[in-house]
Amino acid sequence: MLAKGQTSTPEGSSGSTNEKPFRLLDDDGRLLPGVDAPEIPDADCLKLYRGMLQVRLVDDRYMKLQRQGRLGFYMQSTGEEATHFGGAYALRSTDWVYPSYREPGLAFWRGYSLKDFTNQLYGNVEDPVKGRQMPVHHSARWINLVSISSPVGTQIPQAVGTAWAARIAKKDDVALVYFGEGATSTGQFHVGMNFAGVYKAPCIFFCRNNGWAISTARDKQTASTSFAIKAVAYGMPGVLVDGNDLLAIIASMQDAVARARRGDGPTMIEALTYRRGGHSSSDDPSVYRNPAEVTAWETNDPIERWRRYCVNRKIWTQAAHDQMVAEITDEMMAALKHAESLGPPALETMFDDVFAEMPPHLAEQKAECLAAPRQKITHGGH
Amino acid sequence: MPVYNIIQAVNDALRIEMRRDDRVVVLGEDVGKFGGVFRATSGLFDEFGPERVIDTPLAEAGIVGTAIGMALYGLRPVPEIQFADFIYPAYDQIVNELAKFRYRSGGQYPAPVVIRTPYGGGIRGGHYHSQSPEAYFVHTPGLKVVIPSNPIDAKGLLLSAIRGQDPVIFMEPKRVYRASKGDVPEGDYTIPLGKAKIVRPGNQVTVIAYGSMVHTVNEAVERVVAEGFDPEVIDLRTLLPLDQETVLESVKKTGRAVIVHEAPKTCGYGAELSAIIMEKAFLWLEAPVVRVTGFDTPFPYTLENEYLPSPDRVAVAIKQTVNF
Repeated sequence: MLAKGQTSTPEGSSGSTNEKPFRLLDDDGRLLPGVDAPEIPDADCLKLYRGMLQVRLVDDRYMKLQRQGRLGFYMQSTGEEATHFGGAYALRSTDWVYPSYREPGLAFWRGYSLKDFTNQLYGNVEDPVKGRQMPVHHSARWINLVSISSPVGTQIPQAVGTAWAARIAKKDDVALVYFGEGATSTGQFHVGMNFAGVYKAPCIFFCRNNGWAISTARDKQTASTSFAIKAVAYGMPGVLVDGNDLLAIIASMQDAVARARRGDGPTMIEALTYRRGGHSSSDDPSVYRNPAEVTAWETNDPIERWRRYCVNRKIWTQAAHDQMVAEITDEMMAALKHAESLGPPALETMFDDVFAEMPPHLAEQKAECLAAPRQKITHGGH
Repeated sequence: MPVYNIIQAVNDALRIEMRRDDRVVVLGEDVGKFGGVFRATSGLFDEFGPERVIDTPLAEAGIVGTAIGMALYGLRPVPEIQFADFIYPAYDQIVNELAKFRYRSGGQYPAPVVIRTPYGGGIRGGHYHSQSPEAYFVHTPGLKVVIPSNPIDAKGLLLSAIRGQDPVIFMEPKRVYRASKGDVPEGDYTIPLGKAKIVRPGNQVTVIAYGSMVHTVNEAVERVVAEGFDPEVIDLRTLLPLDQETVLESVKKTGRAVIVHEAPKTCGYGAELSAIIMEKAFLWLEAPVVRVTGFDTPFPYTLENEYLPSPDRVAVAIKQTVNF
């Protein structure tokens, strides 16, 4: 079955790519003339809007908390929200996702609560990963969202393995893997793309090209004219899409997912967007880039474009927007209050989950640790 | 009972487990039609087909990386790394990813991948076909490391490893791949990980080895026994988790220990064994713990027999330790 948008995207024969970013919406949120756009129900349009709004509000608030010293570390994705939801929307719940560290919307869309999200940032006793990883390294098995790794690109071959496993197990699940354009310079990108191409693994490679890998600009990552063009050499379609056009991303993703499900193999999607904030709370982009660049991208905001699209469809109202903001803010404040009220995981849990069963040498070290004299230790995230 | 060498025993174990559990898949370079460069996966492709016996592109990081993704989804992948010397491109996937998945996800994502790889020298393979990199993996929390010395153990340990819930580095001693033969029980049996074996009981000194070095030790022991010495020989079989009980009981009985491995000496597995003996059996010791190992040089080609612990070097160490 062909998804909507099929005729507009350069999908079809393997090893093709387009040179101009694929768009469906103009800057005012109007459908471009003559395009075949996916049909998205009104309720979904507003749910997508609410999702992006949540990411924006959460980023603003949590970055402030980090600046106030209440949160150890944070990574925002301001300006890239459409990339989270365009990918998430095209999947079903049995599919698997391998995020990098800048797609919280992907998790929210699949049902990851603000409470879980916040507890993870605080590494407290209710943190789904038990305080084992620094902030923004989420893992949520119950929504097939795989544990996030800091080293870029390592998740790429893993996602290929999961997609391949689904096929071996005779299921039609697909795997979606996110990475930044910097990750395309790693061996893991090559290895993952190559394996997937050879074995037609039902995997979608989603490259968020936000222009910057910490301080390294896009033109220091590759001499290629685009990142999507790299797909050609791996025998799969490469789709360059406007990363701030949610509708175009959804269309590209639906094509890629349909192709993967019917056994025709992987697709690479390059979503062209921009990292308006720093790499992380530890970064200072004013040292290495012109602020005018950021300002220019602020006028090309993915949420605003989607809002205008919803306005054009006559489904957006200020009142509904205000209510969303209020609901999200309430939920966020409750999650924060809860997370800050909780202590760290119990000391003995440090020794759990190294293996399925604790071997004797670890049991011995655990006993030693628990018996050792200790001063009051402060724990990360507070 | 058929007489099998280690390769045949490994092959038998893989076949048994693939018949028993359709989640088990084998992947690696040349493991399919060709049956592996050492023939360990011979015949599996014909029986189980290309979806379960997978010839991969030539990239170790991809073999291990995809195996991780398969395991997370619910399969039981058994990747082969053609030589342990080639495992380093997959090092990040093994050490940062595979080993830590269960822990870093708060127990959500176990990654039961069993990586088989032939290791060790003595086959005129030079630097790139002779290394013993076990210490890197023993040092990595979250990995189990298994090194059998003979076909009976190889089969039982491999079946245990594949049925376990943890990632395992399963290193096969390629120098004795064909030379080590034994009456391998037919059908299904397991040998638990973490249990060492006393190969020869004795009272004067505990000689500890694993993998191909068990055979070197046996040769040395045969000679010194003829001269009236009485060593006890332990084949560790599993390096992590270590069977401390067997090692310490033996050392407390003999009061002496000689540790033999072919990997370089500095920070090799022998250093850990020696430290454990010092920490837990110090008052029973009658002599310093001695290590007989490969040297701290890259693995040499022409002079490999000088590099590798020989029965002569082991015999000297046994006698000096007893006579200390």
